[in-house]
Amino acid sequence: MSMATTTLQPVERENYLNKEYGVGSWLFTTDHKRIALLYLISITFFFFIGGFFALLIRLELLTPASDLVQPDTYNKLFTMHGMVMVFFFLVPSIPATLGNFLVPMMIGAKDLAFPRINLLSWYLYIIGGLMMLHCMLTGGVDTGWTFYTPFSTAYSNTKVVEAGLAIFVAGFSSILTGLNFVVSIHRMRAPGMTWSRLPLFIWAHYATSIIQILGTPVIAITLLLVAVERTLHLGIFDPKLGGDPLLFQHLFWFYSHPAVYIMILPSMGVISEVIACFARKRIFGYSFVAFSSIAIAVFGFLVWAHHMFVAGISIYAALVFSILSYAVAVPSAVKVFNWTATLYKGSIHYDAPMLYAFGFIGLFTMGGLTGLFLAALGIDVHVTDTYFVIAHFHYIMVGGALMGYLGGLHFWWPKISGRLYPEGWARLAALIVFLGFNLTFFPQFVLGYLGMPRRYADYSHMPEFQVLNVLSTAGATVLGVGYLLPMLYFLWSMRYGKPAPDNPWNAAGLEWMTSSPPTTFNFEKEPIVTWEAYNYDELDTGHKQEVKVVG
Amino acid sequence: MFDNFPLWPARASTAAGNVDALFIFLLIVSGLMTLLIFTALLYFAARYRHRRGVLAEQIEGSTPLELTWSIIPFFVFMAIFVWGAAVYFKGRTPPRDSTEVYVVAKQWMWKLEHAEGQREINELHVPVGRDVKLIMTSQDAIHSFFIPAFRMKQDVLPGRYTVAWFHATKAGTYHLFCAEYCGTQHSGMIGSIVVMEPAQFEAWMSGGTTGPLSVSGEKIFAELGCVTCHRADAQGRGPNLQGIFGKPVKLEDGRTVTADENYIRESILDPGAKVVSGFKPVMPTFQGLVSEEQLNALVAYVKSLSQPVATPTSTAAVTLQDNSKATGNSSGSQVQ
Repeated sequence: MSMATTTLQPVERENYLNKEYGVGSWLFTTDHKRIALLYLISITFFFFIGGFFALLIRLELLTPASDLVQPDTYNKLFTMHGMVMVFFFLVPSIPATLGNFLVPMMIGAKDLAFPRINLLSWYLYIIGGLMMLHCMLTGGVDTGWTFYTPFSTAYSNTKVVEAGLAIFVAGFSSILTGLNFVVSIHRMRAPGMTWSRLPLFIWAHYATSIIQILGTPVIAITLLLVAVERTLHLGIFDPKLGGDPLLFQHLFWFYSHPAVYIMILPSMGVISEVIACFARKRIFGYSFVAFSSIAIAVFGFLVWAHHMFVAGISIYAALVFSILSYAVAVPSAVKVFNWTATLYKGSIHYDAPMLYAFGFIGLFTMGGLTGLFLAALGIDVHVTDTYFVIAHFHYIMVGGALMGYLGGLHFWWPKISGRLYPEGWARLAALIVFLGFNLTFFPQFVLGYLGMPRRYADYSHMPEFQVLNVLSTAGATVLGVGYLLPMLYFLWSMRYGKPAPDNPWNAAGLEWMTSSPPTTFNFEKEPIVTWEAYNYDELDTGHKQEVKVVG
Repeated sequence: MFDNFPLWPARASTAAGNVDALFIFLLIVSGLMTLLIFTALLYFAARYRHRRGVLAEQIEGSTPLELTWSIIPFFVFMAIFVWGAAVYFKGRTPPRDSTEVYVVAKQWMWKLEHAEGQREINELHVPVGRDVKLIMTSQDAIHSFFIPAFRMKQDVLPGRYTVAWFHATKAGTYHLFCAEYCGTQHSGMIGSIVVMEPAQFEAWMSGGTTGPLSVSGEKIFAELGCVTCHRADAQGRGPNLQGIFGKPVKLEDGRTVTADENYIRESILDPGAKVVSGFKPVMPTFQGLVSEEQLNALVAYVKSLSQPVATPTSTAAVTLQDNSKATGNSSGSQVQ
């Protein structure tokens, strides 16, 4: 160890981290990698705020009575948990951090197409985030993250407009990120990097970007309309003013259902990279996995009213949205089958990122299959707005999206930080997250079928729900530990971790051909791509020859 | 032990059995799919773990396999869809001749009024073995009427009626929840559904009542002066309301609508919206002049004008008629 530091310290190469120092060099940077780190720090901050709210929610539900906090406070807790986690953590999570860092490198570019717009997007996120923090610190909001009207426009006494505007502003950061990715992927691929040679991570981000660009303006307009009705009393959604409350739900879910795919598609991209690397294989059915991302993005826009089967839409509308929801399930299933098939005849390693990938497949499969229950009209009537729905979307958005995010962070951490994290701790954390997650959310499926409605501060008239709630709270504490651990050892590794080699996993992909950490412009000269994606056969046979020569 | 830790909800309506059957089918299907995926995953993970000197075998993919695992799940999904749609359709279509209960939701209570006039708050008494149709509206935010034991849920919206129905099969007391978040005391907006044997129910019904809802409606109809224009002899300035309920109505602008609860409600609150062909839009709005309860009474009265005189909405309708057509999905007015 001491030898390593003495030999390495003097010859530390210039990279994007040590090129410049000082606050200004970070706040005015246009380097996509630095912006990715700015995002990483910001979204981690919001993740722990959202997590803190979740912890208080679980503690309140430990006992049936409303005893830890007032019902009004509880209502604000689940509202702000949802808003923070959805709009300030999950939506930007992978695209703004790993995506920002990796998209230019994976396509062989120096940076994104619009580096200054990239920085602008972070500032918009920060402005939105500060507005949200201000809103939370000066009273908060209690509408649920769904802002349903006319409650939000006429009956809530909390800071609805401020919360709506915070999300409105943050939405533009999401749009700009998507815009940057689409243009970069179209225009800035290195020579030889054809569409069919793109890593699946890029395909997933391309699909995500389309949703960000097309969907986010709709939620922005919708929240603006809520603000207009609330402040100026123009009748848009409130029937007392001549509006239609269901119009709000249509507009809201037109974005917020595809938004689920903004959260999960990048995760799927990560999983494809990780599985290919640790099975040492090209992904089975590359083109099917690539196009399934696009299919999900397209179909994802056509299923929004499956959130409204009991809201008062017509039977025939419900039939159409149910059948379309099953259509969108097919490409998701195709991905799971292809990942599984990739393992066949692989040479599988069990490093930490791979454990997260296994965890992802397990949780995403359960989340996806319970989606089949919810898309079945007759069952949805009973389980919608209960804990069954809560469990289902947490399996997708936390089990799936967050597993992918953590898996990706572990996979690319050596590239990002230039350091190695302690492998044993990382494997332990993956296991704790997986077990804690299931203990937290599996009981909620049962609770939901029993009929426990969501957003209940108090269930003292239904003591039969307590045992399952206690299990869930116990699981949440385990899960909390699982999420804290990576933060601790990642921070630790930045100072004490062993320096990472340029390609510690012997992985395919242009990003691994740069130094760890990369230089500001990523590549010394523009790479020319002459190989297909996931050329693990060449890498491994090459590696063997090398060993032979050395030996 | 299972009193405090139930794993399955009570099953107390005809719909509950239908929903449970599909749910169990889905548990089996998804259980099999999970088993298939996890077995393959674990088997491959163990069988093909890295061994020194053994290289992975590169496989490009297989279009026949891709088609197989797209098409087979698709057909399984379609089967689930059809089954789910059938259960939903039944659950959304109240049979004709259902007993009617008007529900008004407000922050944070349920006000229920039987067609026969009994009023209840946060509690609904219903007999075993009869179709009960709920005609619901909200005074403020959106609420949702949820009875887990009946596997029944319907959002309750301000400004319009939504409809739900059930056919209770087992006497007992069941939870009523508000399932759509509606503010501070959302979790306090709960109540009980008391399902009684028919004889007991009749005894309960014969307790204090102000008379049938339609009779209150007739009084309001007279008090508000509706009767001066909506005359029974077709000589009034407004349409004659005898026998119009449930029938198609031709409008001034050429459209035809069905005179259902929502149409009558709209015509009282916003008379200019859908004017009957041959009449002038002279009726003033009653928005803000009538409460939700009075509106319900008026609607019940207009409905009673379309019923055969022999069976008015009196307690005669309460007499035990074993309504075994519970699962009939015919011809009743549909939920919007």
